This record gives sequence, structure tokens and C-alpha cells, in this order.
Amino acid sequence: MLHTVNKSPFEHRALESCLRYARQGSAVLLIEDGVYAAARDTAVAKQVQEALKSVSIYALKPDLEARGMQTRVMDGVRLVDYEGFVDLVVEHHAVQSWL
Amino acid sequence: MADENDTEAGSVKKFLYVNRKAPYGTIYALESLEVVLIGAAFEQDVSLAFLGDGVYQLVKGEDTKALEVKNFSPTYRALEDYDVTKIYVDDEALEARGLSEADLVIPVEVVSAQRMAEIMEDQDVVLSF
Repeated sequence: MLHTVNKSPFEHRALESCLRYARQGSAVLLIEDGVYAAARDTAVAKQVQEALKSVSIYALKPDLEARGMQTRVMDGVRLVDYEGFVDLVVEHHAVQSWL
Repeated sequence: MADENDTEAGSVKKFLYVNRKAPYGTIYALESLEVVLIGAAFEQDVSLAFLGDGVYQLVKGEDTKALEVKNFSPTYRALEDYDVTKIYVDDEALEARGLSEADLVIPVEVVSAQRMAEIMEDQDVVLSF
């Protein structure tokens, strides 16, 4: 399963909910304001690091760049462009959007 | 009636714009900035507050080319030309996001929630975005 999260982890609970239900081996793609969760040294960084032990976490590069976050991404979070987004959708049998 | 007379006499009111949203996920940040710039023409006593995700509006290094939307980050630097220089940023909002004053595009005053509350209390008009 591919999960997408498009809300800031500081103002919404979408990421937290997603990580509760994301099973081992699934992928989580951070998009739009969701990419703020990819930054290191934040109040939610520990939660994301913990999740990285069991799921793959990706962040959409154009959304990171627009927000000035491209240089602040924590180790372990992989960056993808729009083509990579499409590849992730194709690779997984279903997509769940945590809006 | 009193208000009307005040306006005719050109009285100055204290306006605070409260910004709580990240810049590109919603339209709030851009709309706020536009209202601030329009309002600045009326020579009021203007302050800006950035709380919560609002602090992300001021982060350096925004590049929206791949996203194909307007990058309005440089516009914050024009605020000074409109005499909008009272810009307050919540210290805990920055800290929770791993940011510091050095990461922001314009000079700001970093304040505690308590100080921010006093600034809010001191206003005639508060506009929230």
C-alpha cells in the first residue's frame, strides 16, 4: 500500500493517523504541506525516524523546494520527482490518501 | 459617529495581521500578504504576527519553479518599503520546526507566547489568516 499525506504534521493529525495504520513494508509519500514532516530537528522528527524502521518514506521534491525545505530533509527520507510519484503509484496495489 | 469623525480626522488605528498557515498548501498566506500591502497604503499602524505553521511563510530558499506557482517569498522583503517593520514571530513555533531567525527572509522580532498575547491585546483591529 502507498500512503500519501498532504497536511502539515504540526497543524493536523493526518501523518500520525497514517503512521498508525501503515503496515511494515508499505510506503508513505509526503506531498504538499505534508513535506514539512521530512525536516530534521523538528518536534515530529523522532516520530518519523521511528516510522522509518518499518516503512519507506518519500517526499516530493518540487513541494520541498517550493517551501525552502530541500536542504533540511532528514536522513532516510527519499526524495522523488513527479515521475517517481507515478512509479510509486504503479508499484503499489492501492493508494490511500490521508487528507 | 465617533468612529466616522476619527476617520475624517485621519486617526491611526493599530492593525495586526495574524498568519498561521504554511505558504503554498492553501491560499491564506498569499492573500494575507496582498491585504497587508493594500492596507499599507492607508498609513495605519501595522504589525504582522507569525504563529504555528505561519512561520514557514518566511523561510529562506523557496523555489517554486518545479511546482509552477508564483514564488511570493521575495515580496516579504518589500514590506519595509511600506513601513511595515513590526514583524513578530513566535519562538516556540520556530523551535518546534527546527528553525531559527537566521533561516528567515526578513528581520523579525522573535517573541514568547506571553509577549505575543500582549501585542494582540494592544490592537484596534485583528485580521486572521
